[in-house]
Amino acid sequence: MQPINKNIEERFNSIVATATKRVDDRRPSNKPSIYVGMATCGLAAGAMETRAAFEEALAERQIEARLVNVGCLGHCYGEPLVVIENPGFPAICYHKVTPGKARALVRLFLQEGDPLFEYVLGALEENELIPTVMDFPRFNQERRVVLEKCGAVDPEDIDEYLAKGGYSALAKALEMSPAEVIAEVLDSGLRGRGGAGFLTGKKWQLARNAPGRDKTVICNADEGDPGAYMDRTILESNPHQLLEGLAICAHAVGAENALIYVRAEYPLAVKMIGSAIDHAHQLGLLGKAVLGTDFNLDISVFQGSGAFVCGEETALIQSLEGKRGMPQHRPPYPVEKGLYQQPTVINNVKTLSTIPAIINHGSQWYRAIGTEKSPGTAIFSVVGKVVHPGLVEIPMGTTLGELIFDVCGGIPNKKKFKAVQIGGPSGGCLPESFMDTPVDFDSLAEAGAMMGSGGMVVMDEDSCLVNVARYFLDFTQNESCGKCTFCRIGTRHLLNILERITNGEGNAEDLDLLQELSQEIKEGSLCGLGKTAPNPVLTSIKYFRDEYEAHIREKRCPAMMCRPLTAFYIDLEQCARGCDACVGSCPVDAIFTAKGRKKAIDQDLCVKCGECVVACPVEYNAVKKVSPPTLAPRIERPQEESS
Amino acid sequence: MDTAPVALEEEAMIEDIADMLSKIDRQRAKLIPILQEIQQRHEYLSKAALEIVAKHLDISSSEVYGVATFYNQFRFHPPGKHQIKVCLGTACHVVGGDIILENFERKLGIKDGETTADREFSIEKVACVGCCALAPVAVVDEVVQANMAPSKVEGILLGFDIQREREQREKQESATDK
Repeated sequence: MQPINKNIEERFNSIVATATKRVDDRRPSNKPSIYVGMATCGLAAGAMETRAAFEEALAERQIEARLVNVGCLGHCYGEPLVVIENPGFPAICYHKVTPGKARALVRLFLQEGDPLFEYVLGALEENELIPTVMDFPRFNQERRVVLEKCGAVDPEDIDEYLAKGGYSALAKALEMSPAEVIAEVLDSGLRGRGGAGFLTGKKWQLARNAPGRDKTVICNADEGDPGAYMDRTILESNPHQLLEGLAICAHAVGAENALIYVRAEYPLAVKMIGSAIDHAHQLGLLGKAVLGTDFNLDISVFQGSGAFVCGEETALIQSLEGKRGMPQHRPPYPVEKGLYQQPTVINNVKTLSTIPAIINHGSQWYRAIGTEKSPGTAIFSVVGKVVHPGLVEIPMGTTLGELIFDVCGGIPNKKKFKAVQIGGPSGGCLPESFMDTPVDFDSLAEAGAMMGSGGMVVMDEDSCLVNVARYFLDFTQNESCGKCTFCRIGTRHLLNILERITNGEGNAEDLDLLQELSQEIKEGSLCGLGKTAPNPVLTSIKYFRDEYEAHIREKRCPAMMCRPLTAFYIDLEQCARGCDACVGSCPVDAIFTAKGRKKAIDQDLCVKCGECVVACPVEYNAVKKVSPPTLAPRIERPQEESS
Repeated sequence: MDTAPVALEEEAMIEDIADMLSKIDRQRAKLIPILQEIQQRHEYLSKAALEIVAKHLDISSSEVYGVATFYNQFRFHPPGKHQIKVCLGTACHVVGGDIILENFERKLGIKDGETTADREFSIEKVACVGCCALAPVAVVDEVVQANMAPSKVEGILLGFDIQREREQREKQESATDK
């Protein structure tokens, strides 16, 4: 270790002291604070209205309280989420806070001291009054390293991040030599969270040693996998942690230029990261002579224009240079010849956001989390048919079953688990027999899926795997950049065959053809997109062959999801005379009154949207869904009576 | 549609773009940010716009077109006043995102990627807006609409109808007042 540089420490401590003071001034200790989750998912669930209701109610009752916009806690099922710190009570987290509940909380909790147990998700700290969130598996099985401060700090307030220990890792790293920083990251065993799992320390070392003056470090936030949104959440909820990691990376590699490549489809993330960069500049944590050292760093934001393939590092570089985002041959790897042929490190958002914790707590601390070959935590966005969808950060090595059934609460509506799709369009579908598989880079790859970006879609018995495979192929064939013939044309043909099967026009040879073509696409493609595009097809045929066969042989969709293979009809025995709930619900006027004032569906007009199932009162439950469609009785529409 | 106002519109747009370009470096790396800026100001990239960008960067207009068409973000015809984006990410797909898209298409009489003749509405499908836990979702005029259903599609469009009627009535009333 080098002798501690007093200058850096002093400067940093004075920045923290000022920030802490500003935070304390803004937060008088005897007044309540209300934190409203205002990331994209919170806003979609109505957080804006909830916040407005708090504001109004506070003004109306003349209660002095601090309203703070925070990011996302990852508990998407409970949005809008609100945390209230009321003096005399533990910090309490409330879920599904509608404007009505917000007004009630102001009146009954803030004014009258009743914490309204019925709205509580849990207390955030130990106390004798209210169960804590740690009593739920969702919280106590999670291990938050990357998401630690998400939802707890105001993303637009650098002072809060500093007061909670932020940027201390950067100060510490600047006291270390680049080689020491790289050694620490290498020792930690951190593997790139972008999907491939390359050793981060190794990547940095290669770039450090590569000849070249204008080295660049890039944060890849081009999260293109449909179904994964953890990168967006980090950018929206705690952009400073990412900036800190990026700055440490630049120091280690010897770069003075850094870029954040973020999807233009994430406007809020773009805004948050932009303001975070400005704030860090103002405090001298970025820019010229960071913390008084000779380290300079400029970070700029580049907005990706929505091409999935640009998540691939060579394609990303092409697009930064103003070209079509087409992958290039490797080697040379970007660490040697990247942006404008200079050494370039490209790391994922999660990888970089992990760095501050490793520098602060040391590589051994990090190694103690997770498994030997995949240390640390994994972040998944678990969505689809689970009780508690959202973002989850768990130690590597947690089994799939624990993740889906304990942490995320299992399958809703008493349905049965069918499959989980891991790793997005490049990943695979795994059936129930894999529930004991630990979640880590190698075990998932062995099972035929992959870590990928961490998107996880849970499917129940109502999800058709053939249909899902078709969906992913539709996506990848659309996103294929067109460079390699097998990827460009092969994926199109895979899609054609799958479309045929889901339309009930498949034939016996299709399965062999799909498998053969899949192998060829894997072998004949240059980049990860083509190499992995057939994975959803291959794994679904491997584990759910009977479903493909039902589609092909019996023209039947067992999950009743493929619309050409299903039909709705109204069971006349159960239909109530005179009720016409379904008639109004039908968007195409396909429901008519048949004999005895009961209702029937015109099969030629029906678009199979399922609205009538929802509309039909539960006590009648008269609308039935069948597959194949020939099972639905056909009832003729009576001739219009001339009146 | 009458072409005269469109031509006028186009002329003003080119003037604005030329003005904007005069402040931007003639670097190839600026191509995508330039196209983004144009789309942000004018909602789409017209043929004339692509040509003037090519001239500014001293590259062929086919190259500009090649880059612009590579990325999903760019549009080549004017969108509607109200933009409807239907999410077809994985989570939305498994709960029927395509049904939502179909309902918008049917109600408005246009397909994905098109704009209604009166330029009131346009529909686009998007890969994922990252609100998977609230699926299926649609983004209508920048507002994320969670847990969509066919009946909600009707509700949203009805809301616009009512708003338009009210505006027209107010316009008429203020005209008669004068």
